Amino acid sequence: MSDVAATVAPPLPTAAEKLRFFSLWVLAAVALLLLPQIFGSGSSLTTFSLIGISIIFSLSYNILLGQTGMLSFGHAVYYGLGGFLVIHAINIIGANKLPVPLPIVPLIGGITGLLFAVLLGWVSTQRSGTAFAMISLGVAELIASSALILRTFFGGEAGVSANRTKLLKLFGWNFGPQIQIYYLVAAWTLIAVIAMYALTRTPLGRMCNAVRDNPERVQFVGYNPHTVRYLAFCFAGFFAGIAGALAAINFEIANSAYLGAAQSGTVLFATYIGGIGFFIGPIVGAIFVTFLSLGLSDLTQVWQLYFGLIFIAVVLFAPGGITGLFMMHRPLLKAGTLLRVLPSYLVALVPTLAMLAGLVLAVETIVHYTVNPGDDSHIKAFGVGFDAASPSVWAMSLVLLIGGFLAARRTWVWVGHAWNDATSLAREKGVAT
Amino acid sequence: MHPSRRNPGADASSNFSGAVVLELIVISTLNGILFGMLLFLMASGLTVIFSMLGVLNFAHASFYMLGAFFGFQTSRWLGFWPALLIAPLLAGAIGAGVERFGLRRVHRNGHVAELLFTFGLAFVIEEVVQIIWGKSPVDFRIPPSLDFSAFTIFSTNYPAYKMFMLLVSIAIFVGLLVVLKKTRIGLIVQAALTHPHMVAHLGHNVGRIFMLVFGVGTALAAVAGVIAGPALVTQSNMAGLLGPILFVVVVVGGLGSLSGAFVASLLIGLVQTFAVSMNGSLSGAFGPLGPAYAATWLSDIWGVTIAQIAPIVPYVLLVLILIFRPMGLLGTRDT
Repeated sequence: MSDVAATVAPPLPTAAEKLRFFSLWVLAAVALLLLPQIFGSGSSLTTFSLIGISIIFSLSYNILLGQTGMLSFGHAVYYGLGGFLVIHAINIIGANKLPVPLPIVPLIGGITGLLFAVLLGWVSTQRSGTAFAMISLGVAELIASSALILRTFFGGEAGVSANRTKLLKLFGWNFGPQIQIYYLVAAWTLIAVIAMYALTRTPLGRMCNAVRDNPERVQFVGYNPHTVRYLAFCFAGFFAGIAGALAAINFEIANSAYLGAAQSGTVLFATYIGGIGFFIGPIVGAIFVTFLSLGLSDLTQVWQLYFGLIFIAVVLFAPGGITGLFMMHRPLLKAGTLLRVLPSYLVALVPTLAMLAGLVLAVETIVHYTVNPGDDSHIKAFGVGFDAASPSVWAMSLVLLIGGFLAARRTWVWVGHAWNDATSLAREKGVAT
Repeated sequence: MHPSRRNPGADASSNFSGAVVLELIVISTLNGILFGMLLFLMASGLTVIFSMLGVLNFAHASFYMLGAFFGFQTSRWLGFWPALLIAPLLAGAIGAGVERFGLRRVHRNGHVAELLFTFGLAFVIEEVVQIIWGKSPVDFRIPPSLDFSAFTIFSTNYPAYKMFMLLVSIAIFVGLLVVLKKTRIGLIVQAALTHPHMVAHLGHNVGRIFMLVFGVGTALAAVAGVIAGPALVTQSNMAGLLGPILFVVVVVGGLGSLSGAFVASLLIGLVQTFAVSMNGSLSGAFGPLGPAYAATWLSDIWGVTIAQIAPIVPYVLLVLILIFRPMGLLGTRDT
C-alpha cells in the first residue's frame, strides 16, 4: 500500500499523446466548419443546430447523472430559465441599443442557469440517490407551475418572443439566416464540450466520480459530499443555461414547454441512450435522439411509443447505452477475437428483426383501429404500405412476433456463448476486460 | 384533479358571513380528508414497494390511471360494481408481471436503472393509454345507484359518491392495517420495512413476496383510480398530474415510513383543498396600501389568488420540509 503514495501523479503525457489529443479537437472544429458545405440545405442546418444544442444540454446533464451519480428529473428548469432570460435580454438590448453582440448573449443564459442552480441546488443536493431524484422532480414542478402563474415574465401559455437580428452587428452578421445561427451554435458547442471535458479532468471532476462511487469514503478523505454534489450541480446548471439560451436564440421564442417535465425527460433519454459511462456517450445520444425524434415523427404516428420502448430496451438490455455497447468490444478488438462473435450477431439479427417487424406491424394495426377507426385501412408506416383490415396481416404480425421471439431467444443464448468464448480468449491473450 | 375543484363553497368566500365560513371549513375538511385518503391509497403501496424493493416506482401513478381506464371500460361492459373488482385485479396482475419480468432483470444494474425503467414504463403506459382511449377525457359516470346527495350542510348538498369514496378508502386503510398487524405476511412486510436483508436471510421466498407486494401495491393504486375516475376527470394526463404530488407525499412523509406517508397524505390533501377554496390575494389583503410598483411588474404576485397558487403549494411544502427536516416528517432511513 505504501507504493501507492509514492506514485500519486500519473506520468505526464508524451508529446505524441498531446498531439493526438489536440488534433482531435482541431479535427472536430474543422468538421463543424465544413459540415454546412456538404449538407447546406435549410432543414439540415436546422437539424445540426438542434443537435448542437442537444449535445450541450445532454453533456451538462451527464455532469449530474454520469459523473456525480445524481439522477435528476428536473434539469430542464435551468435550460428553460436560461432561455427565458436570454429572450428578455435580447429584447432589452435591442430596445436600448446596448453594445452587446448576439454571440455573447448565450453567456447570459449560462449565468442565469448558474444563479438558479446556486439558489435551488443547496436544498436539492442535500440528499443523494432516490431522494434527490424526487426532490429534483418536485423543484421542477414548482418552477414549471410558477411559470404559468407569473404571466408577465413567462408569457403564460404562449411564451415570449424576441427578434435576434436587432442586436449590434459584428462583421456584418445579423444572425438572420440559419447558416449564421449554425455557426453560432457550433462555436458554442465546441467551447462547451471542451470546457466540460476539461471539467472532468480537474480535481473537482475526480471528486465528483468519487462521490458517485463511494460518498462515505469521500467523507473520510475529508471532503463534504454535499459540497461536491452542489458544485457539480452548479456547473450542470451553467451549461444547461447556455443550451437553453441557444435554443431560445434558434427559435426566437421561449415558452413553458422549455421548463417542463417533457424536456427534462428528453434530455434524460438522450443521455442514457447514448451512454452515461463515457464522456462521448451523451454526444452520441444527443445525435441519435435528435435524428430519431425528427425521423420517426415522419414515419409513424405513434413515434413517442417507439421512443419509450427503445428507452426501456436500453435500460433492460444495454445499461451502458450505445457507447457502452461499442466500448464492450474494444478488448476483443485489441485481442483480435472480435471475429468470433460477429457471426453470432448476424444470425441473431435475423429473428430479432423479424420480431421487431411483427411488433411494429401489430402496433400500427392496433393504432389504425383505435386512433383513426374510420380511415382507409390501407395504411403506411415506416414507408411500407399494408392493409390493416386483412386477417393475413394480423396473422403475419403474430407469426413474426411470436415465432421471431422464440427463434431469437435461442440465438441470444448462442450470442452469449460466443461472447464468453471471445472474452475468455482475450483474457488469455492478456487483454484486460 | 382534486375533488375540491367542484366544491360549491369555493365561490362563496367573497361573502364572509359566519355560516358561509363555517360551511367552507366543514366542506373543505371533508374534501381534504377524502383527497388525502385517496393519496394515501397510492402512497401506501408506493412506500411499501420502496421499503422492500428499494425502488421508487415512478410508474405508480400510471397504475392509478390504468385503474381508472380499466374501470371505465369494464363498467361499460359489465357495470360499475364488477369494475371495482376487475380493474384493480387486472392492474395488479400487470404490476406483478412488471416486477417479475422487468424490475427483477434490471435489479442487477442498480437502483438508478430501476428508477429509469419505471420512468420509461410510465412514459410508455401514457402513450398506450393515449393510443387506446385518446387524449380527451372519457365519459366515466358515477353509477346511478350512488348519484344522489348524501346530506345537506347549510346550503351545500354533499354527494353520496364522495361519501362512498371516503368509505372505500377508509375500509381499505383499516383492512391494510389489519393485514399488516395481524397476519403472517403482514409481519414479513413490516419486518422488511426496517430489515429487508434479515427477512431474506430468514429464508422467505423474497422474490415471490416482492412480486406479491408489487402486485398488491399497484392494485391499491388502481382501486384509487376506479373510485376517483368518475368523480374527477379520467384522462390520459391524469398520471402526469398526480404523480409528482404522490412523490412529494412520500418525500415529505419520509421515504419508507408508512405512518409518515399517512400523515403527509392527509396534510397535503387538506392544505391543497383549503388553498383551492380560498380567494384571497395580496392585493385583496393590502389593497389600499398597494405601492405603485405592485401594479406593474409585480402584478402577477400581487394579484394572484390563493386558489391559483394551490397547485404549487405541495412543492413549496416539499422545499420547506427539505430545508428544515431533510429526512421527512417521520422518516428515519437515509437513502
